[in-house]
Amino acid sequence: MNPFSSGTRLRDMIRAIRACKTAAEERAVVRKECAAIRAAINENDQDYRHRNLAKLMFIHMLGYPTHFGQMECLKLIASAGFPEKRIGYLGLMLLLDERQEVLMLVTNSLKQDLNHSNQYIVGLALCALGNICSAEMARDLAPEVERLLQFRDPNVRKKAALCSIRIIKKVPDLAENFINPASSLLKEKHHGVLITGVQLCMDLCKVSSEALEYVRKKCIEGLVKTLRDIANSPYSPEYDIAGITDPFLHIRLLKLLRILGQGDADASDCMNDILAQVATKTESKKNAGNAILYECVETIMSIEDNGGLRVLAINILGRFLSNRDNNIRYVALNMLMKAIVVDAQAVQRHRATILECVKDSDASIRKRALELVYLLVNESNVKPLTKELIEYLEVSDQEFKGDLTAKICSLVEKFSPEKIWYIDQMLKVLSEAGNFVKDEVWHALIVVISNASDLHGYTVRALYRAFQTSTEQESLVRVAVWCIGEYGDMLVNNVGMLDIEEPITVTESDTVDAVEVAIKRHTLDLTTKAMALIALLKLSSRFPSCSERIKDIIVQNKRSLMLELQQRSIEFNCILQKHQNIRSALLERMPVLDEATFSGRRAGSLHTAISTSTGAPHNLQNGIAKPAAAPIADLLDLSSDDAAAPSSSGGDFLMDLLGVDLSPASAPSGTSQPPKAGTDVLLDLLSIGTSPPAQSSSSASDILSSSQDNKAPLANLNGLASLSSLPANATSPASPVPMMDLLDGLGPIPQKHEENGPAYPSLVAYESSSLRMTFNFSKQPGNPQMTLIQATFTNLSPNVYNDFLFQAAVPKFLQLHLDPASSNTLPASGNGSITQNLKVTNSQQGKKSLVMRIRIAYKMNNKDVLEEGQINNFPRDL
Amino acid sequence: MIHFVLLISRQGKVRLTKWYSTYTQKERTKVIRELSGVILTRGPKLCNFVEWRGFKVVYKRYASLYFCMCIDQDDNELEILEIIHHYVEILDRYFGSVCELDLIFNFHKAYYILDEILIAGELQESSKKTVARLIAAQDSLVETAKEQASSISNIIAQATK
Repeated sequence: MNPFSSGTRLRDMIRAIRACKTAAEERAVVRKECAAIRAAINENDQDYRHRNLAKLMFIHMLGYPTHFGQMECLKLIASAGFPEKRIGYLGLMLLLDERQEVLMLVTNSLKQDLNHSNQYIVGLALCALGNICSAEMARDLAPEVERLLQFRDPNVRKKAALCSIRIIKKVPDLAENFINPASSLLKEKHHGVLITGVQLCMDLCKVSSEALEYVRKKCIEGLVKTLRDIANSPYSPEYDIAGITDPFLHIRLLKLLRILGQGDADASDCMNDILAQVATKTESKKNAGNAILYECVETIMSIEDNGGLRVLAINILGRFLSNRDNNIRYVALNMLMKAIVVDAQAVQRHRATILECVKDSDASIRKRALELVYLLVNESNVKPLTKELIEYLEVSDQEFKGDLTAKICSLVEKFSPEKIWYIDQMLKVLSEAGNFVKDEVWHALIVVISNASDLHGYTVRALYRAFQTSTEQESLVRVAVWCIGEYGDMLVNNVGMLDIEEPITVTESDTVDAVEVAIKRHTLDLTTKAMALIALLKLSSRFPSCSERIKDIIVQNKRSLMLELQQRSIEFNCILQKHQNIRSALLERMPVLDEATFSGRRAGSLHTAISTSTGAPHNLQNGIAKPAAAPIADLLDLSSDDAAAPSSSGGDFLMDLLGVDLSPASAPSGTSQPPKAGTDVLLDLLSIGTSPPAQSSSSASDILSSSQDNKAPLANLNGLASLSSLPANATSPASPVPMMDLLDGLGPIPQKHEENGPAYPSLVAYESSSLRMTFNFSKQPGNPQMTLIQATFTNLSPNVYNDFLFQAAVPKFLQLHLDPASSNTLPASGNGSITQNLKVTNSQQGKKSLVMRIRIAYKMNNKDVLEEGQINNFPRDL
Repeated sequence: MIHFVLLISRQGKVRLTKWYSTYTQKERTKVIRELSGVILTRGPKLCNFVEWRGFKVVYKRYASLYFCMCIDQDDNELEILEIIHHYVEILDRYFGSVCELDLIFNFHKAYYILDEILIAGELQESSKKTVARLIAAQDSLVETAKEQASSISNIIAQATK
């Protein structure tokens, strides 16, 4: 014995660690042990190598770094004795994973051990290979494993079969080599070999259609016979679980039959009888029996249609659903999701039970049930089901409310039979769980409200009532404030009273009170307050008697710490004080928002993420604090809208212009509202800054023509432009300067650079509901083909993005060079940004303009998100 | 397939981890922390399945230990419960009414047994007797090797006296 070895026994070390009272003590013990082990490694100590490795494994399990022991595993594996190899392979599997380069060094030892005369050593090598092999090792050692599939000892054969699974998963090309040996395993009697052989065949069928064909043709009868034998086999103690012989084998056979039966009527026919037998004869008192039934039901659902069997399967699920065991109910819900595709009617019969499961105390069951209910809803049952869900929303756990709200909103939107019902349900959801409602949902609600002109009065009164009881629900407050601003007069005068309503008396000052509450409540966020401010401004023209009070409230916000509110209150104050003559026109109701355009855009933003973005939802509050830029495409398709349905409403355009000025980026979204004179003015403005039509795109003529029709509003605008952008000299006469300001806010105008020479306007290259990417262009003098692009990414969602990665691809005539990004974490809600520089060299500069495909990947709440798009609207001549 | 197996004590201490899919060391720590948070706080009457990152984790409590296995969405949860029970029964037979301490001090044995039940995340053997026989055979190989080693060292010791 080496007297210098400081080794304690494994058992002693574990005791010492367990005796530690604090984490610091534990660290000290571990540090001391690690030091001793390192010393032993340095001395190349042989006697205690396996003991040291065992200790390291324990230390590893506690979460300490143990990479220094990796080479020790290899040494132990390379030694001759079984005990050393056994612990060496265990260490290899625990301390290493397939990505470590060290692993390659073990390939040779593995190869030797796979050919070893001792079958247990072969077993160890197979086990290690099956658990951690990499693609290279799989390729190198596949022939050995293939040979071992025919080894004399069944315990080696079964290990080789599972090892082959790992190999074909790593290198699917190797699958064809395994088809023959694998299918011969299906004829074995040894259960271990049978189980692993069936498993191997399943994985082969998944990666290779050739294997699937082969097994379907040659083995299906054998498999059916094996299943029949095992299902009818007398009691055998070795494999018995709860009165069933080897449920594991049952389940694997059923799975393989499922794969073979899918899409093949003959194969399905072949297995009908045995499936019926398993479905009817299997004992369902214990878990093992239920596991088999569950698998059998899934197989029946997946193979080609057989009416009788399906009825049997649905009945089993019905029994499962009424089972008292939560596990069984969970799998029943899981399976009903699949059954709904096959037989929706049968699943509908269990609706009441499923609805009960939504209210279960178990989160896993609730989640499954909710998803199932979501699939069950149709036009005929949407009302009662929504009622149930909303009632449950009132009592559900906080953490479940998010999911539940999203599902209810989606159902109500999808199946709503009439508007009043839709509005009612949404109001209920908003007042119950307004904080969980997503932005696009309440945006959609506002669009619907604005379209339902006969319900304006009803809605605003209902919202007022709801607002009185729950001011904590952010999105309820927003919708309420918006409606009060728009339809405040209807609230006071009880206009459009419906029979179902109870009359309420609200005075003008009550109404202002309500909005004041929203503006003063500190828990509400900037958007809500900004909306409240606009509502107040609007009320000032609806209720002349309250005008002074409103002015006071607005003036108070002049000192707001939030720039947005401060600036607006100054501007609004100007409107109230100095522009009485245009005020009433300025504060008219919003024009009706076009539902078709809105839903079209929304759908577009969900499915295709091309460079045109979805500004539409954001313009609902006149763009306040909702920086949403839409590229030129929006303007273009809008101008065609105008041509189709021209209408004019005096002062609406002014609101747009306010939006333009206050948050420049939102300007184009303002213009994407439905046809009205205001947009024409904006287009007119655009045309001022643009160059001759010769080089403008196809719809430029629209812009120009509309500009000619609208000389009159332009005059109006001059006064306003100066007022809104430069409040200090608001009374000064129209000057060209503020107009240019407006233009600056418009962002992407492809034609603009003609005038500005080499300075290119920045471009919102990509925008989705969660992310915005802006490009700034510059050129180096003397190298006209190369463009330097600075990409800036801004996060529009309330979640932080991690592992942020931007990728871009260009066609062959372009060359792209990407510099590293400034960071890979993007803070939430626009609190910071990532910048990344790109160099693009255009070999056909002047002939072709830039085009780029982009891909942005990031992690939000640990979920991978991928956004893709194409940018076609680069300034020309880059 | 089974992506990983975890044994966690009620106090949140890790007693065994086996990874059949590739996870970095960092991810492993994170997975363990996340899952023990979810699983240890679940009530006793609830179902044994937790949906997690698009996978399902099937867990079962035996005395102070939680046995957890992570599987794909479309795997058979009920069968995994049987596999867990299968493993526990084999441990029980091997140690003679197994307790947490057995698994702490003989953690390598627990791994050896697991390696006879699962490879590449798939079930290898459904017979408890066969597993027990294989483990016993390998244990005796180790014993013989030890005896040989000690007898050789005795001979050497005597020779050098």
